[in-house]
Amino acid sequence: MNEVVNLSRRGFLKTSLAASGGLLLGVHIPALGRSAEPAGPAPAEFAPNAYLRVAADDAVTVFAGHSEMGQGVYTSLALLVAEELEADWTTVRVEAAPVDPAFNHSVYGAQMTGGSSSTWSEWDRLRKAGAAARMMLIAAAAETWNVEPSACRAENGQVVHADTKRSLSYGKLVEKASHLKPPKEVTLKDPKDFKLIGKGVKRLDTPDKTNGKAVFGLDVTVPGMLVAVVARPPVFGGKVKSFNADKAKAVPGVRHVVEIERGVAVVADGFWPAKLGREALEIAWDEGPLATLDSRAQGEHYAELAQKQGVTARQEGDAAKGLDSAAKKLEAVYELPYLAHATMEPMNAVADVRPDSCEIWTGTQFQSLDRDLAARDAGLKPEQVRLHTMFLGGGFGRRAVPDSHFVREAVQTSKAVKAPVKVVWTREDDMHGGFYRPRAYHHVQAGLDAAGALTAWRQRIVCQSFLVGTPFEGLIKNGLDETTVEGAKDMAYQIPNLLVEWQQAPTGVPTLWWRSVGHSHSAFVVESFLDEAAHAAGKDPYEFRRDLLPKDSRHRRVLDLAVEKAGWGKPLPEGRGRGLAVHESFGSFVAQVAEVSVSKEGKPRVHRVVCAIDCGPVVNPSGVEAQMESGIVFGLTAALYGEITFEKGRVKQRNFHDYRMLRINEMPTVEVHIVPSTDKQGGVGETGVPPIAPAVCNALFALTGKRIRRLPIRNEELKAG
Amino acid sequence: MISLKVNGKDRNVDVRPDTPLLWVVRETLGLTGTKFGCGMAQCGACIVHLDGEAVRSCVTPVSRAVGKEVTTIEGLAANLAGPLQQAWIAEDVPQCGYCQSGQIMAAAVLLRECPKPSDDDVDACMAGNVCRCGTYQRIRRAIHRAAEMKAKGGGQ
Repeated sequence: MNEVVNLSRRGFLKTSLAASGGLLLGVHIPALGRSAEPAGPAPAEFAPNAYLRVAADDAVTVFAGHSEMGQGVYTSLALLVAEELEADWTTVRVEAAPVDPAFNHSVYGAQMTGGSSSTWSEWDRLRKAGAAARMMLIAAAAETWNVEPSACRAENGQVVHADTKRSLSYGKLVEKASHLKPPKEVTLKDPKDFKLIGKGVKRLDTPDKTNGKAVFGLDVTVPGMLVAVVARPPVFGGKVKSFNADKAKAVPGVRHVVEIERGVAVVADGFWPAKLGREALEIAWDEGPLATLDSRAQGEHYAELAQKQGVTARQEGDAAKGLDSAAKKLEAVYELPYLAHATMEPMNAVADVRPDSCEIWTGTQFQSLDRDLAARDAGLKPEQVRLHTMFLGGGFGRRAVPDSHFVREAVQTSKAVKAPVKVVWTREDDMHGGFYRPRAYHHVQAGLDAAGALTAWRQRIVCQSFLVGTPFEGLIKNGLDETTVEGAKDMAYQIPNLLVEWQQAPTGVPTLWWRSVGHSHSAFVVESFLDEAAHAAGKDPYEFRRDLLPKDSRHRRVLDLAVEKAGWGKPLPEGRGRGLAVHESFGSFVAQVAEVSVSKEGKPRVHRVVCAIDCGPVVNPSGVEAQMESGIVFGLTAALYGEITFEKGRVKQRNFHDYRMLRINEMPTVEVHIVPSTDKQGGVGETGVPPIAPAVCNALFALTGKRIRRLPIRNEELKAG
Repeated sequence: MISLKVNGKDRNVDVRPDTPLLWVVRETLGLTGTKFGCGMAQCGACIVHLDGEAVRSCVTPVSRAVGKEVTTIEGLAANLAGPLQQAWIAEDVPQCGYCQSGQIMAAAVLLRECPKPSDDDVDACMAGNVCRCGTYQRIRRAIHRAAEMKAKGGGQ
């Protein structure tokens, strides 16, 4: 309860007043500019803490400290508040929170959205915030009626006094409740009494996302705003040597050409003249040490690195001995490429830097860091920076960047031209913009005993670190960057002799967390190679896994459910194959069974995916299902098409024609089954991704006998004959 | 000065004639429901209707829209917008939502031309629209639902 008390309205307002120069304002309607702020007094409202307010018209506004990037978090966070508040769900709306310590992640300590953690990290805090407000509204009604609070109850947005059949809506209690002190302790509801949590509601943001009203970062306009595109080095690590802006400035509509830290910004009246201006701009680049980077040569280098011993990530028994004494040995190399997040909305930000203030509008996953780094660039204090979080047109990790570059480009440009500026990235800028899922090379060996039991496993992972050289370097412990080995290091299979190692590949290409991070490659390798071991042992891949998993494990629970629902072992139509995978990530457990076919030309098609998840207590079932569907499409897109490659230091892919996305005509039927669970709550935003690539490739093996060890899947490897 | 008719209103815009219609709609007219996704007709986020036909406004010079009716998501006729939007809500379709204006603009043409589309019709009409969040299964369901609502005369 302490955190709710500490985050009293007064304490919160003090900080938000300092930051905003006005009363706490909603940013749901992109107010856009100082002139848009209401000048008069705020309407009567009850704001018991930072996380919600109730207006005299009964409207309940929840302030979401986590960014809405598609994962449905605005709806699930509002559900947490509304459940305990006993709100009338039809009156609940959500606004993006301002940047304030009140909204720091309850575990990670900064205002950010990531790690599939939003719901579980707010599970207590927001329910307590709602409960505190409910108690205050009850107290206000009791005072009005001169009865004991214990004789009153809250339901559906009103307080009821049963004995006298009187009731008052929350809006009518706003005035009185505002004068009450927040309770020191709150009582949370028994989950069996939940009316909203776990029951399923429609997303709150759908209406505005179907009529053009939802405002994303790229949609923001402020008075006097100019639009910039930035010419960035063609090679990562490159620098501007010199540039001639004459031709760019000759393009009608181009106002300024200014050098900023990451390149040259062409600033114009709109996007089109800015883009034409950039095309006319003459720049000489110092391309730097990555000018010769070539994917093929890099792959050879990774193979060499895999020969050397790495940092031990996990050790059980003696893997070397186990392999030596095995009756049957397997060895394989798995390779996965760099991947772009390719959010539908390319990177962008609006900044308005003034001598004593800076205002930013953007879709970001990392408000506190962006705010602080923007302040540094603007030459201001963090509290002089006001950041508005807009809807994110996809995040997947790309909008949580340790150097805040897409925000800082706008800040630096606005400061240079002394006007509000929107920096727009084209699709090509975004594709070439780096911060990719790191390339990974896994060397794996396994040993089976005479009875076909898996007795030894050695996995050496060559992968670069995206934490080195960033504010997150402290996360590297004992020389190990966990993000490179997660999913392999913590595999649940009980193998007596197990060794997982990390071999650090050189940094240079900017890399980042990409939806499911290390699990995105480690799950593919662990679940594919385990399948190889099952086949080598002559065992059913399901039974083989089951035997290796701890009894009563949540892995087994989802595996059993997926297999049952998929009809594992039952005959399939001619030309179809079935494969499965199970994986834990971000505290949730997911099993998937895929059904595939392959055309004569070797083109795979995924027809059906049966998915089972155990994520602990569910807040919004439709949201969980949606995230599983989404993760499956995301992972399948990567498995079929995703690959960023380099030639002469340059990224070869440019747009959706050569960095392809799965489309509706390729969409498998996805069935999601949620395990009823009271176990520890996990995340759902990323956990659907890791199992799909191995499930599909295991199905392809079952069908064709051909083992895919390199993603994306090459059709020629599956061609008949 | 170029004269346009957008969502039933006459608008004069002072832009280069080769400016893509997308940027005129978004920046000059402030209708930001139409989205920029790729700039090369690959993703469908920018779909608007030109005399009722779906076009990729990111590759359509504004000059091509002269003398035609331009319709954006904000101006989609109620008899199409109503059932589609209600079906999208009922099926919880959008996730990030960025592509959904384009999806609905494409689906509106489909339902007008083909009031009771099959799954193959949906594939043929909607394969040009990318959804990075992978809402395809729900888009398909929502289109079928909207078709039913429209057939029953509801959803307006």
